[in-house]
Amino acid sequence: MPHLIVLPIVLPLAMGVVLLRSRFGSPGFKRVASVIATLALAVISLVLLRHAAEGEITYYALGGWQPPFGIVLVLDRLSALMVLLTSVLAIGCVIFACGGDDEKGSNFHGLFQLQLMGINGAFLTGDLFNLFVFFEVLLLASYALLLHGGGKSRIQSAVHYVVLNLAGSALFLIAVGVLYGATGTLNMADMAARLGELPAERSGLVTAGALLLLVVFGLKAAILPLYFWLPRAYAAAPAPVAALFAIMTKVGIYAILRVYSLIFGQNAGELSSLEQPWVWWLALATLVAATIGVLAARDLRLLVAYLVLVSVGTLLAGVGMNTPEATASLLYYLVHTTLVTGGLFLLADMIGQQRGKAGTRIVKGRPLIQGGALAGLFFLGAAAVAGLPPLSGAIGKALLMHAAEAGQRLWLWPILLISGLCAIIALSRAGSTLFWRSNDGEPGGERLPRQQWIGVSLLLASSPLLVALAGPVSDYTRATADQLANPDALVSALLSDNGGAQ
Amino acid sequence: MESLYALTTGVLSACGLYLTLRGRTFPVVVGLTLLSYAVNLFLFSMGGLTTDGAAVVNGDGNYADPLPQALVLTAIVIGFAMTAFAVILAMRARGDMGNDHVDGRKHEDREETRR
Repeated sequence: MPHLIVLPIVLPLAMGVVLLRSRFGSPGFKRVASVIATLALAVISLVLLRHAAEGEITYYALGGWQPPFGIVLVLDRLSALMVLLTSVLAIGCVIFACGGDDEKGSNFHGLFQLQLMGINGAFLTGDLFNLFVFFEVLLLASYALLLHGGGKSRIQSAVHYVVLNLAGSALFLIAVGVLYGATGTLNMADMAARLGELPAERSGLVTAGALLLLVVFGLKAAILPLYFWLPRAYAAAPAPVAALFAIMTKVGIYAILRVYSLIFGQNAGELSSLEQPWVWWLALATLVAATIGVLAARDLRLLVAYLVLVSVGTLLAGVGMNTPEATASLLYYLVHTTLVTGGLFLLADMIGQQRGKAGTRIVKGRPLIQGGALAGLFFLGAAAVAGLPPLSGAIGKALLMHAAEAGQRLWLWPILLISGLCAIIALSRAGSTLFWRSNDGEPGGERLPRQQWIGVSLLLASSPLLVALAGPVSDYTRATADQLANPDALVSALLSDNGGAQ
Repeated sequence: MESLYALTTGVLSACGLYLTLRGRTFPVVVGLTLLSYAVNLFLFSMGGLTTDGAAVVNGDGNYADPLPQALVLTAIVIGFAMTAFAVILAMRARGDMGNDHVDGRKHEDREETRR
């Protein structure tokens, strides 16, 4: 059991190496190996989740070096939830990719596993510098995956994506350096303990470091002034990759949640929740900008990319509220939005394949040979992502709006509800053009492979499933939020063996 | 020594930032490289600058903080890999787009859109 915590990192790493080695092997072997590895990852993360659900915080000291000196992986409710979410999303993506997308370039499955390793590592690590390292791992894999299959638009958006993220990495290192210089530690729990007795003259330095970190995480999460890379990159990426990228913005949101609730939580004195006003107002501004983007998008993939941005704004507004109720509801919404937007990216690609020349542009095209089934899935996904009852988006939004306090409701309610309305307008316009306003003539296009149907149905079926399981899931997110609001538990779990921070 | 060190880091990052904001991929890559040099120097200084310190702890006497050295080593490795990738990507973009503008546009295109 103690070694289970490291498996979500080691298993994808080992599989990634095996798959990269057999890059000229048969596609069948690679597909089977990749799907089995992803399924095994889901099983492992389910076991970890059940373990974490008991409320105990466990850590894994790599190489047996005890915290705060060694690097640790920390398993609490939040990290277990995020790892499970990643693996569920990855199952849908990898099965979809087996329908033919993986052979459009080289090394898809190997890179995919390495990307999973980076994402899982970022969720599990308890060390600030290690967080940087795993960010780099997931970014490097994502650069290569974004370019999978080639093409002008991909290369063009990849140049922006890579350059911006390299600059972001430089900022991350500066922030980590500043925080290390001021506190003398990199372990997040230890840093939290030390901030309580920070000399007054260093608080300016720590504030600078903390806000620099917010810029870095904001770039990953795509908050307002830093989101311009996202729509084009996500719209250009191959479908399974774009769907997996749906979790990448959530890595940024997770990092914001983790760092500011743990390090700059209640113990940090005057430095506590210093990010809150920034996140709150920028999140609302992100929502407004993304809603305009949703209305303006003339391409289905671009539309879904802007819907990802809407979800980022919604989630960060929850972070900005900074109450346990808001955190609990945002985590429920996070699970919903990651799986549904991932599914919509896959669906958009299927529609584009079948429409042939018209692609995913929202213009009149030929009738679709499998239009009925595609339209049904599109209706399900659109209703879920726009937040129409009885699907999970409505529950998530209702929880979030309920969690807002009186002064915040004045801002959040109108913006969130209008953005939902605009999403409905844009999605119904897109759906009616794609499926109803088609040209005369025979339905054309090839039938889509079975794997693609399985992948997309898996992800979109999560929405009704989340409604059916709304009770247990929201209980879990509530417990997660309580755990996050009480960082002392994590600090003492990590540092108790050593008599606290020395 | 501190002021010289600070000046070097500052000049490097200023030049790096300026070049990163240029419109062609080659200066951007050079700018990112300079920026990563500046960051490495900065990280190194964060443990406090010591002269004549022992590299590892050996009994009494002052020793240099070993952690920033380990961090810089990691950052250098990652920075090299990233630079190599960025160079290849820039060359690929140059080949596919036919020009080296970061937006993939030709000079004439921009003139047209302005009109």
